[in-house]
Amino acid sequence: MSGHLSKNSGNAVLEVRDVSKSFGGVHAVRGVSFDVREGEILGLIGPNGSGKSTLFNCILGQLTPNSGNVSIDGKSVSGLRPSKLNRLGISRTFQLLQVFPELTVRENLILAGQEHEGTRMSRLFGKSDAGLTGAANRMISFFRLDHLSDEKASGLSYGQQKLLDCAMAFMAGPRLVLLDEPAGGVNLTMLANLKERLQAINAETGATFVVIEHNMEFVMSLCTRILVLAEGAIIAEGTPDEVRNNPKVIEAYLGH
Amino acid sequence: MKHRFAIATLALALALAFLAPMYLGRYGNNIMSLWLVTAVAAMGVNLIMGYAGQETLAQAGFMGVGAYTTALMIKGGKLALALPFVTAPLTLEWQPFSLLSALVASAVFTFFLGLLIGFPALRVQKHYLAFVTLAFSVFMWLIFRNEEWLTGGVFGIQDITRPSILGVEMSPSRRFPHRYTYFILIVTVLLAAAMWWLVKSPWGRAFTALRENTVRAESLGVDTRQYTLLAFAIGSAYGGLAGSLFAPLVEFIDPNPFTLEKSLLFLLMIVVGGMGYLSGPFIGAGVSVLLPLWIETFQSSVVNAGYKWASHASYIIIYALIVLLMIAFMPRGIAGAIDGWLTPKRRPHSDSKGATLASAQAAIDARKGDQS
Repeated sequence: MSGHLSKNSGNAVLEVRDVSKSFGGVHAVRGVSFDVREGEILGLIGPNGSGKSTLFNCILGQLTPNSGNVSIDGKSVSGLRPSKLNRLGISRTFQLLQVFPELTVRENLILAGQEHEGTRMSRLFGKSDAGLTGAANRMISFFRLDHLSDEKASGLSYGQQKLLDCAMAFMAGPRLVLLDEPAGGVNLTMLANLKERLQAINAETGATFVVIEHNMEFVMSLCTRILVLAEGAIIAEGTPDEVRNNPKVIEAYLGH
Repeated sequence: MKHRFAIATLALALALAFLAPMYLGRYGNNIMSLWLVTAVAAMGVNLIMGYAGQETLAQAGFMGVGAYTTALMIKGGKLALALPFVTAPLTLEWQPFSLLSALVASAVFTFFLGLLIGFPALRVQKHYLAFVTLAFSVFMWLIFRNEEWLTGGVFGIQDITRPSILGVEMSPSRRFPHRYTYFILIVTVLLAAAMWWLVKSPWGRAFTALRENTVRAESLGVDTRQYTLLAFAIGSAYGGLAGSLFAPLVEFIDPNPFTLEKSLLFLLMIVVGGMGYLSGPFIGAGVSVLLPLWIETFQSSVVNAGYKWASHASYIIIYALIVLLMIAFMPRGIAGAIDGWLTPKRRPHSDSKGATLASAQAAIDARKGDQS
């Protein structure tokens, strides 16, 4: 596999080695290996059913891979529960929108940060906002949702919920964020807003991103490096321009 | 406005509750105490189902565990258990414990039992989970009925007196006939306050997240296993505490109040009262304890006024009809309906005219799309 390319400097935050996952007879991911370097925005593209989301789920513990290993900072994290991984500084969004509709925007964000603060007991007997109201408000301003902070998430438009979903992933100050189709269903104005916000976080905090996306324009302009997945394996890797002109990629997308 | 309404209602309800025992007779005091005890157990069900989104049909079982624990402890006595392969039976003898220590022991015991029935919830959900807890309820009832050496079987445990609490006599006296009502009222208020604190703490937020989207909660660092177990443990402990207050109230316990049917009644209470609302269990317990009595009283007054035909209508049927109508027209329960009336109506926010269309399209795409 075209994994161990080390033409760029920077340490690997995430190392994926020979990860495979099959569901019954369907091989969703077949021996995928790649590194994600500190501070980069890596795009993960591929046709529907190519195994992108399954790969995310294997990395983050939602699914257990049949074989292979996932390491963060050189330490294997295979078998860790998603909540534990999240507290180690790895966070994600899901392909389908996942906010908590009955909580307000601010409460959604406080929830996303509260398990990273204090102990179980301090969360029961301490402040009801776990001391996170300030941080939540800053995140709300950062994603320009100020006028909505006390609205229930269910009252927001789809695009606004999508922004909130992203904001939640950043609430605990993660080092590595895996975004699964952040642009899906977001209108053009919102999309520009979202891209700009993601780039700003990357520049400010040096957080590393892996982004699954079908919107080519969005992914090509956001990412610094792109992996192409087809039928569960990596078929190409490179800068957006290299990938765009790769005949294998064009074939995978247009069919045989 | 909603906030002010809530505070005003709470203050009024508290004032009424503290005045009521003085004006209610012995019967009225018993009914009020029963209502409060039922509400305490229902609060536990509300935590497990309304806040944490799990299922339980075992609350009557936990109430029974609390009641039997308390009865055994405050009566004092002797147990003889014949063990297999041992000739001499195992005997245990103890002096009466105070009611407070029995309350604590019941709470702790049911907390850990609740932890135990929380474990299936880590593997099964919804109806399957309901059935697991249902099995537990039946299992506990069988123990109450069959293990005569411990529970007295169908004859139950009799003459449970109301012991003194911190030196204050709880048995009815001429000057203070209703002290035990006040004791139950104070404990209930404290437990309601503790529940309020719990659900507004980060734990409460985590329970809500558990209810709304377990996978997402887990991905945000919420240890959903621990919170699931905690919800069951705390909710069940409320059942145990209710049982512990119940035993000295009725002064005689047998397996009947702890059947599966009673567990189902707790479910009805929080559905009618309002799942996920703090007031829900109190309203629901009222509907379950007070409403049938009121209907019956009203019916007999109608009959006494000369309308003999009214005696043909069973009050249970009228009660069932009222409950059915409540569920049909107030699907979020009475508390939910009141909340709905007090919440000002407004249009959902949108960022552009196309937002609704775009979101509908996105939802369709997402469903059709990449499942990998």
